[in-house]
Amino acid sequence: MEKSKQLAVQQKKEMDAKQEKTFPARYFVPTADIFETGDALTLVMEIPGVEKKDLEVSLQNGVLRVEGRIDFGKYEGFEPVYSEYNIGHYSRAFALSDQIDAKGISADLANGVLTLTLNKVKEAAARRIEIK
Amino acid sequence: MAYGDPFDAVLSLQQALDSIRDSNWLESGTSGGGAYPPINVFRKGEDLVAVAEVPGIEKKDIEVQVRGNVVRIAGSKTLNYGEKASIHRRERLAGRFDRAVSLPVEIDAERVKAECHDGVLAVYLPRAERDRPKSIKVN
Repeated sequence: MEKSKQLAVQQKKEMDAKQEKTFPARYFVPTADIFETGDALTLVMEIPGVEKKDLEVSLQNGVLRVEGRIDFGKYEGFEPVYSEYNIGHYSRAFALSDQIDAKGISADLANGVLTLTLNKVKEAAARRIEIK
Repeated sequence: MAYGDPFDAVLSLQQALDSIRDSNWLESGTSGGGAYPPINVFRKGEDLVAVAEVPGIEKKDIEVQVRGNVVRIAGSKTLNYGEKASIHRRERLAGRFDRAVSLPVEIDAERVKAECHDGVLAVYLPRAERDRPKSIKVN
């Protein structure tokens, strides 16, 4: 990554909801990087404005779901006079393969970046099968 | 809990401003062109607050300068993924940024405060005393 390159602006992409919502909230898709090392798969997502208490990471039926909410109370009393980007909650889901150990998932949130480390299933030692 | 979407006003304002190209808000200053980071400006009473999303950027990598009615936000964003990593998907960007924007009101540089939490940079810009409108009593 060249340090001298100018950072480009990434427009926030709004999530395509499969159903309509009953409450007024906009969900955006956070940008994510996925990379793999020898023993783990790492997901890094940008969710600026989300605090630990408003972040939910869950795994169900092999689908890893990340949902981060923005605390709109922080903007109370602020009147918008100029805007260049949208503010809203974040949501993204990934289907995990069998190679991931469901009990070996750890999460870290710092500077608005969520890092999820998914440990891969360790290969079981070879077992000898007795022949009766 | 608020039941209305508090950012409807932001969105309709964004659309209105898009259609008016010669707005005197946030024109590029001379010290830095570039569009990153996108900035939202809010007003609380007579003072302004500029909010920008800077995920993954440490406080020490951000520089905020104020002069007259120009605010400059500059710094760099780096991604560290280690050498042995095999990348499956890459959406995040890294690089330098330097953006100077002008505001239609004069700022009191002595009282400017900048905070950065959870990847959100908020710069509190109190209006300069001599720039505040004075109310005049009508006899």
